[in-house]
Amino acid sequence: MSAIIRLGMSTSDIAAGAEATFLALQSAVRHRQLPVEIKRTGSLGASHREPVVDVEIDGQSTLYGPVTPERVRPLLDQHFGSGGRGVSSDWLISRRNDRSDYPFLGKQVKVTTRLCGLIDPYSLEDYLAHDGYEALKKALKMSPEEVVQAVLDSKLRGRGGAGFPTGIKWNLIRKSPNFPKYLICNADEGDPGAFMDRATIEGDPHKLLEGMIIAAYAIGASRGYIYARAEYPLAVSILRHAINQAREYGALGKNILGSGLDFDLTIKEGAGAFVCGEETALMHSIEGKRGMPTMRPPYPAQSGLWGYPSNINNVETLASISSIVLNGPDWFAGLGTDKSGGTKAFALTGAIQRSGLVEVPIGTPLRELIYDIGGGCADGHDLKAVQMGGPSGGCIPANLMDTIIDYDELRATGAIMGSGGMVVLDDTVSMVNMAHYFLSFTQDESCGKCVPCRVGTRKMLNILQRLLAGRGRMTDIDNLRRLCITVGQGSLCGLGQTAPNPVLTTLRYFEDEYMAALEGGANGNVQAQLAAEVTA
Amino acid sequence: MELKTKKPLKKQVYLGKPHEPPPAELMAILDKFRGRKDALITVLEEIQHHYGYLPRQQLEATARELGFPMSQVFGVATFYNLFQFSAPGRYQVRVCKGTACYVGHSGEILEHLKEKLGIDEDETTPDKMFTLQTVACVGACSLAPVMVVNDRTSARMTPEKAWDALEHLRAEANGNGEVSR
Repeated sequence: MSAIIRLGMSTSDIAAGAEATFLALQSAVRHRQLPVEIKRTGSLGASHREPVVDVEIDGQSTLYGPVTPERVRPLLDQHFGSGGRGVSSDWLISRRNDRSDYPFLGKQVKVTTRLCGLIDPYSLEDYLAHDGYEALKKALKMSPEEVVQAVLDSKLRGRGGAGFPTGIKWNLIRKSPNFPKYLICNADEGDPGAFMDRATIEGDPHKLLEGMIIAAYAIGASRGYIYARAEYPLAVSILRHAINQAREYGALGKNILGSGLDFDLTIKEGAGAFVCGEETALMHSIEGKRGMPTMRPPYPAQSGLWGYPSNINNVETLASISSIVLNGPDWFAGLGTDKSGGTKAFALTGAIQRSGLVEVPIGTPLRELIYDIGGGCADGHDLKAVQMGGPSGGCIPANLMDTIIDYDELRATGAIMGSGGMVVLDDTVSMVNMAHYFLSFTQDESCGKCVPCRVGTRKMLNILQRLLAGRGRMTDIDNLRRLCITVGQGSLCGLGQTAPNPVLTTLRYFEDEYMAALEGGANGNVQAQLAAEVTA
Repeated sequence: MELKTKKPLKKQVYLGKPHEPPPAELMAILDKFRGRKDALITVLEEIQHHYGYLPRQQLEATARELGFPMSQVFGVATFYNLFQFSAPGRYQVRVCKGTACYVGHSGEILEHLKEKLGIDEDETTPDKMFTLQTVACVGACSLAPVMVVNDRTSARMTPEKAWDALEHLRAEANGNGEVSR
């Protein structure tokens, strides 16, 4: 009998109490002298049931959650002892290996998060056992042009939110005659309400590294940076560990896997600035300066980090690369729509029954994601809107749930694909209040370099505060619209250009709430709270 | 009077007041990064890690030792949210203001703690026990609303639960051994 017990130990698992469960599990297994290997894994994504325990005996896996320390004993009795009288069906998540009996997991199509929750992120052997670094070996046998062509054919588009085709970006920098070239991974996941990159890194760090090494080979970069968020200490330490392992394995450093390719990676920890998600600002931050954006062109592909050609990709984009190389571009393109291939991970949170990390093919209708996978709104409330893309995105109302998840389709609604934050709002939420929330975030994070963003967001915020405090003026809504256009068109970087989106979409779909606020009928408790803020 | 030809401007760099030499622990941090122009943020992170905040004198010494203009050191230090300029309390209490937490009424938790502790955001209680802060998102959105005390994330908070947790910590720190976490 071979038995493995997997326990998720990601940041969110630990917050849910996974450490206590791990200790209880460890001591119980030792006490009973069970022939069981306990594996600490990343998150499986089912955050609503954490801590999650996966008991695999002879290839047959059973998933439980939430498993508190008290539940460990009956659980072990069930599988390794005298039968499980104490095990409640409430804890059971899934009995099938393909998870088809639990829609949250069964309906997903996992590419970048495939091994999250299955392998130990600290173990290179685990990764190698699941085709790890096979894609790199395959890529090194191809020419760099062929790798870029494969990425072009896969129709992979940048997962950071803007959706620029990755292959075209790579081609631009590959053709640049200047050396050295830099490859930068943007892991500064600053959108409030998004944690896909953290989950990917904490669950399967080598997948990101492998993608980066392949990218470096394709574009001719000799040095790479991972710009990680300082708020993710666990992810950073797992990544450090993985980089050291990759160096020992020979996948990083000089003469990678005997191919003659030289490439090495450095982790740069950010220091908490939302604007550093913008590529020029991010590069300034790596250079040790204030993270303020600069005018483009010149684009980073011509003159980026320290004036050398640089290529910036998001974590999820780079984590997709190894699957594309290994399974072929046609397979990846086939997952998505005509214009855009592959899958996209979302952090599904808010007023939803089954929250967590989900990965679905591009082209999936929003309805399927919210209702079939997420189970609809929690506590019997009705869905009002889905907020996508964080402070740069917008709210999609409930009647547009048949919109498919695709860069262009979502942009048509006024929202954006974004990096993957998806917050479900139920009928208790005031939309004017949501707009105010996101705008206060962008206003606070505006770096202050250009006037439309620095002053404009402040003016917009003032109007929203007035409206919410019940002191709105008749001209306010028109002024708000005008300001949205000024800020959106006049700002220097993506932060300012997209800052009006939450206001614009709520104005478009929920204008009645603005009107109600204008007439002094804003949501009661919000009104009191904001009145205090305005006078303070 | 004859016009003097313009002397080429010598690059004047303000490196802070010439205090006594920096303490050994600061030198240990600075020595690792000498000659690296990109290291400023990392240096500041390490100084904050060591002292708990960025003391003015150490910043001046950093500028002098590494050859950065003082304006650049302060410019960078004030730009990023992570850096703080006053000594934090024993426990750094950070209430998450991410979208999911906000929708889950984390604002009420913050207000409750402000009222109970008698301090405002980014302030420290007079007994140097708690520093109250907010954080944009810790990525534990499924457990919203969350509160982070030092490095410990507590899930599904309410104003009362949050205050209870802090009272526990205070009792523990004051030596009432019977309270355990």
